Amino acid sequence: MRIGKALQLAVTLLAAAFLLVPTIQSVLAGLTVNYFQGLKSGLTLKWVIEVWALYSGSIFLSLGIALACLVMTLLIGVPAAYAMARNPGRLTRALEEFISLPLAIPGLALALALLQLYGSYKGFRLSWTFILVGHVLYTLPFMVRAVMSVLAAIDLKTLEEGAASLGAGPARRFVDIVIPNALPGILAGALTVVTLSIGEFNLTWMLHTPYLKTLPVGLADSYASMRLEIASAYTLIFFVMIVPLLLAMQWASARAQRITR
Amino acid sequence: MTLTLRNIAKTFPGGTRALLPTDLDIAEGEIVSLLGPSGCGKTTLLRIIAGLETADAGASIRFKDDDMTHQPVERRKVGMVFQSYALFPNMSVRGNIGYGLKMQRLPRAAIDARVDEVIALCRLEPYAGRTITALSGGQRQRVALARAFAPRPRLLLLDEPLSALDAALRGTLRDELAALLRQFGITAIFVTHDQDEAMAIADRVAVMSQGRVAQIGTPEALYRAPETAFVARFVGNSMPLGGKIDGGTLHLPGGDLTLNATATGKAAFVRAEDVKITADGPLTARVETVTFLGTHYRIALSGATDAPLFCLHQGLTAPKPGETVRVTIAPHAILTLEPEKAAA
Ligand SMILES: Nc1ncnc2c1ncn2[C@@H]1O[C@H](COP(=O)(O)OP(=O)(O)O)[C@@H](O)[C@H]1O
Ligand SMILES: [Mg+2]
Repeated sequence: MRIGKALQLAVTLLAAAFLLVPTIQSVLAGLTVNYFQGLKSGLTLKWVIEVWALYSGSIFLSLGIALACLVMTLLIGVPAAYAMARNPGRLTRALEEFISLPLAIPGLALALALLQLYGSYKGFRLSWTFILVGHVLYTLPFMVRAVMSVLAAIDLKTLEEGAASLGAGPARRFVDIVIPNALPGILAGALTVVTLSIGEFNLTWMLHTPYLKTLPVGLADSYASMRLEIASAYTLIFFVMIVPLLLAMQWASARAQRITR
Repeated sequence: MTLTLRNIAKTFPGGTRALLPTDLDIAEGEIVSLLGPSGCGKTTLLRIIAGLETADAGASIRFKDDDMTHQPVERRKVGMVFQSYALFPNMSVRGNIGYGLKMQRLPRAAIDARVDEVIALCRLEPYAGRTITALSGGQRQRVALARAFAPRPRLLLLDEPLSALDAALRGTLRDELAALLRQFGITAIFVTHDQDEAMAIADRVAVMSQGRVAQIGTPEALYRAPETAFVARFVGNSMPLGGKIDGGTLHLPGGDLTLNATATGKAAFVRAEDVKITADGPLTARVETVTFLGTHYRIALSGATDAPLFCLHQGLTAPKPGETVRVTIAPHAILTLEPEKAAA
């Protein structure tokens, strides 16, 4: 019994260390004066500041795209999930599969298709909205599914009928009943969308232009062309942005799942 | 008449004829129960009155001078208590009860006053601030009733409001609901599959069977003078006697019974409380089982009729299983009705 527990703990710690040690090393590298001399060369924020000077545009572009992507997926995804939850059937199932297609197709292929289709519209091709379209396509199914799973767990039809019998028209019912009851799903979907959009690389790398580099594309760029300390400082900034989002996403999904059950 | 329903029928896509053309008149302040077995179309009729389902073409629903046949549900001013209650989980008890008043765009103070009034009426004061999930089944049922009643609907519709509760609670809540509905003084239609519930709550009961109203009347009338075999069996738990009626006599395997009138070709029914064990009865029967039920014994008899005949026996002692007894059924206690056609 006790040996079993100890073994479990050892394996867990080992696995954590396997992931954690390189992470800590990388973070430290971004904070040391000279990586090759190690920590004794001293700690500094110089590299972080340099990354900010070089790549703050990427950070703001990523945040902008993530927020715009969130707005788009909310505007399209929530009503779509609602319509699909209210009209279950073969057509809905087919539609759900269809919007989930981008999950199965590699981001590269999706990007190539977008380029083939819209590459010749120069204004669009060179604008940040081109990357946005890719992100929306990629993240929409996550929003739709998160909202649908919460809506499927409540008897939405009867709740709406109750509101209607009390004098609420369709728009009021959507605002007063549908949205509040779907909120845990919307929140889980929103955090997923923002996290995925900020971290998305495959598709974005294909779509980006030299003047439009998102956070992960910039990361790849810094790995390829900057000194190690700068690349590591960049990793640090990326972590600081994405880890709280990941934690919030975990929390929101767990909350939404409690309702689904 | 306050509510006049004419030619209400419903055929669902796929061809299920849930409701055959039905007429119904309900007076101001009357409580009418729709009673029938599961699947007979009670909920469908109620939902058509509410406006949650559209009737087949040719229907007419009038409330006094107002034709509401084509009004959408949100403009019918009809309160509805759903079988599952359908309380809004995102609102408190107060929020639920006040929602209909909010939809009427009443001023804040008027809403609060009315909500307080209804909460007091339904004795929900201790729960007013709670969320819905923190309520028991019986409390939820009262909140659902309060929510439907608060906006002063012209008609209250209740779909099996007690069926979601466990059996122990159902009896007390039934009497409480009956008292509340009387206190409201509102015209109400109440759906149930339980004849005791219908009898306890309603002024008139419409017994439904296979998409049509078989008979409508006061509980007493339905009990004492059922018009069809279905009503006799469903409302009064009448037992078919079988045998053969010849003029004024019913021939049974255990002997002959005299009837009040000639009824050749009809079927005879009797209730267990009208089957008496007497020393000089015209029927002979064998006691199969005896169950003590406190105020009386329930005795299963064989040999008198083709199917087992049940008898509610009052008294301090009862015959033992295996004994042979003599049985009497008074002529006025025997209902003679058209035989039931086998379900199509
Ligand atoms: N939405 C529907 N689609 C198809 N058939 C339905 C629908 N609702 C009810 N029915 C059918 O109509 C009949 C009457 O149903 P209902 O009014 O719910 O009965 P009750 O409330 O008396 O149990 C049943 O046979 C049921 O299967
Ligand atoms: Mg029903």
